[in-house]
Amino acid sequence: MKNSLLMSAAMVVGLSATASANEALQGLIDDPKQWAIQTGDYENTRYSELDQITKDNVGDLQVAWTFSTGVLRGHEGSPLVIGDMMYVHTPFPNIVYALNLAEDGKIMWKYEPKQDPNVIPVMCCDTVYRGTAYADDTIFLHQADTTLVALDAKTGEVKWSVVNGDPSIGETNTATVLPVKDKVIVGISGGEFGIRGHVTAYDMKTGERVWRAYSMGPDSDTLMDPENTTHLGKPVGAESGTNTWEGDQWKIGGGSTWGWYSYDAELDLFYYGTGNPSTWNPAQRPGDNRWSMTIMARNPDTGVAKWLYQMTPHDEWDYDGVNEMILTDQEVDGKMRKLLTHPDRNGLAYTMDRETGELLVAEKFDPEVNWTTGVDMDPDSDTYGRPAVVAAYSTEQNGEDVNSTGICPAALGTKDQQPSAYSPKTGLFYIPTNHVCMDYEPFRVSYTAGQPYVGATLAMYPAPGSHGGMGNFIAWDNIEGKIKWSIPEQFSVWSGALATAGDVVFYGTLEGYLKAIDASTGDELYRFKTPSGVIGNVMTYEHAGKQYIGILSGIGGWAGIGLAAGLADPNAGLGAVGGYAALSDYTALGGQLTVFALPN
Amino acid sequence: MLTNRRLLSAGFVGLLAFVAAPGLAETLPSRDDPAIAAAYEEGGRYFTEDDIPTFNVAEDGTVGWPTFSGFRRYHAECHVCHGPDGEGSTYAPALKTSALTMDYYDFIGVVAEGRQKVNASQNSVMPSFGTNPNVMCYLDDIYVYLKARGTEAVARGRPAKKEPKSDLIREDEDACMG
Repeated sequence: MKNSLLMSAAMVVGLSATASANEALQGLIDDPKQWAIQTGDYENTRYSELDQITKDNVGDLQVAWTFSTGVLRGHEGSPLVIGDMMYVHTPFPNIVYALNLAEDGKIMWKYEPKQDPNVIPVMCCDTVYRGTAYADDTIFLHQADTTLVALDAKTGEVKWSVVNGDPSIGETNTATVLPVKDKVIVGISGGEFGIRGHVTAYDMKTGERVWRAYSMGPDSDTLMDPENTTHLGKPVGAESGTNTWEGDQWKIGGGSTWGWYSYDAELDLFYYGTGNPSTWNPAQRPGDNRWSMTIMARNPDTGVAKWLYQMTPHDEWDYDGVNEMILTDQEVDGKMRKLLTHPDRNGLAYTMDRETGELLVAEKFDPEVNWTTGVDMDPDSDTYGRPAVVAAYSTEQNGEDVNSTGICPAALGTKDQQPSAYSPKTGLFYIPTNHVCMDYEPFRVSYTAGQPYVGATLAMYPAPGSHGGMGNFIAWDNIEGKIKWSIPEQFSVWSGALATAGDVVFYGTLEGYLKAIDASTGDELYRFKTPSGVIGNVMTYEHAGKQYIGILSGIGGWAGIGLAAGLADPNAGLGAVGGYAALSDYTALGGQLTVFALPN
Repeated sequence: MLTNRRLLSAGFVGLLAFVAAPGLAETLPSRDDPAIAAAYEEGGRYFTEDDIPTFNVAEDGTVGWPTFSGFRRYHAECHVCHGPDGEGSTYAPALKTSALTMDYYDFIGVVAEGRQKVNASQNSVMPSFGTNPNVMCYLDDIYVYLKARGTEAVARGRPAKKEPKSDLIREDEDACMG
């Protein structure tokens, strides 16, 4: 049995055995029967060409099989499918299962790393892990404690392992890794612990470190070329990663790198965003705090930055810039452009030219966003590319020890990491969003290595004067900068979306539903309640001629913290507490993969 | 300075561990319970008749400064695991209940030293905050705030009215934070 599996796995890879790892992986990504990378493809579109399940028959969908991961707590990311093998990961302790789809999901191997549990409380918001990566017949597991392990995809044996960060100073990992050519590119978490964010490339064969690019620090650390690295078309100049900080504050400057990465093979650039500056008390870190809150375009071989764009200079609200960067080729004003679309935590969705870093569109993707009146789009202006901050919602201008109220969005953003999808058939982006506002009071904190470095008190609540729910699932036009339609949801939508050639879009909800909607109209076509809340990403694959839809259930993550007990409504009278539904009334902890298919 | 004192009291906890062993499904003490009710005030802080820090809420809803301070510090340091307003999360207990069911010294000890429950069904780890002034300098405040939440003497959300920060509290805070 095992042999036949090995043969079929070998055949899948064997198609391009002589090519480089990148081309082999690209071949798998191009085959819609596989789900070879967490993001669906290098472009992060989360779009599948599979069209057996359509908007006309998706209503007949049934559960085909299920798998318990054996772990509770938040399940983000999705399984991978390579040939007959499915690779399922879990939150801490970060188990990996290899299931044989040709044998009803028999477990071919299981890998469970030994990790010091002291990493658990250093993880900001639950012990989530957004999944393994595959390339070169190897599964790449990036553990919570930042150990990066290369596992033989056939046997689960360790090929090499390397330690990327130091949990004792608050460095942890929650993200997947990006395999590009002969390298594996990895990020780091820990913005709430005063780390200095970085991106690091390791040699895919040996695990040897090739380069590291910090989010802030001297040019030799940030891998910026003062002449040739540009910010909105202009050279960044010398020491741009230190000269907007006071003294040595950049050393604990945050700018973590835990989001989704994309890659353009033709331009040979990879894209990612950096997180919030530390602390959450803006008065304690004067300046723009570059390069936190920044979209980065870097060369994967050298790490050198080609262009960047700081979306939220001197953050005052914890609007991490780490969300997905979706790469599309679309027509703008009659001309085909290579675009990058990024729906940010700060409530603005940015459309950029991904070759040059030119800013094309920056518009609110939730009408309730109020901290800014918009971005200065005039290239000749002194404040070009900067958001105009509304004084009433500026936690900096209101000052320390003052409670700024009614700020939209809340710190968890109009969206967080939950990745969007893009359908080239409709030209629309499908974005899972939060519809939550906050009060924010910053105050002085002192830094202790490995301890939380926050410095603000937050209260969150559903966007006032809206539909009362805490989320929306929207269709977004990235050229017009407009919401096409919006589906109100009772809770934040914390699940990654999937769009398919069958004109169906899928997403999960915190109550535990898998939902299928019409890609053009947003009309609901199907729903099924899985055992626990969904914060995982919907994926699809084909096996033995049949299309399947897979989703991980397992409530947790930041959503499991903020929403578990429900949110209080500050505007309600005394005694109205609990007026908004608590997530705990709808779902409980779990850890399960549910796989759907049409009936035979 | 205060940190040292805290660490000392954490040291006692081991000895006192037998004290608090709450039964299952017990009824929680009410705000009039002598273990909860404020018996006297000293420099803006309130204490029970056993000299344990506690909250005070005036008839018009004004809370003592420590309760308000505890609200702020709780939501900076604790809420990312324990949820808003002491209500708990999907993986960490509701501290508004713990503040009532746990002995004061046990509570202090767990915060200072941390605690692990790691087994087949649980991966629950409380870190040690003993070296963190943002927590330790405000631990009594956090404790009394959670007690106020546990008895519902203070509703969810931000307390609307508070007493001013006393000079004594200000001096102690400056000394502790350095």
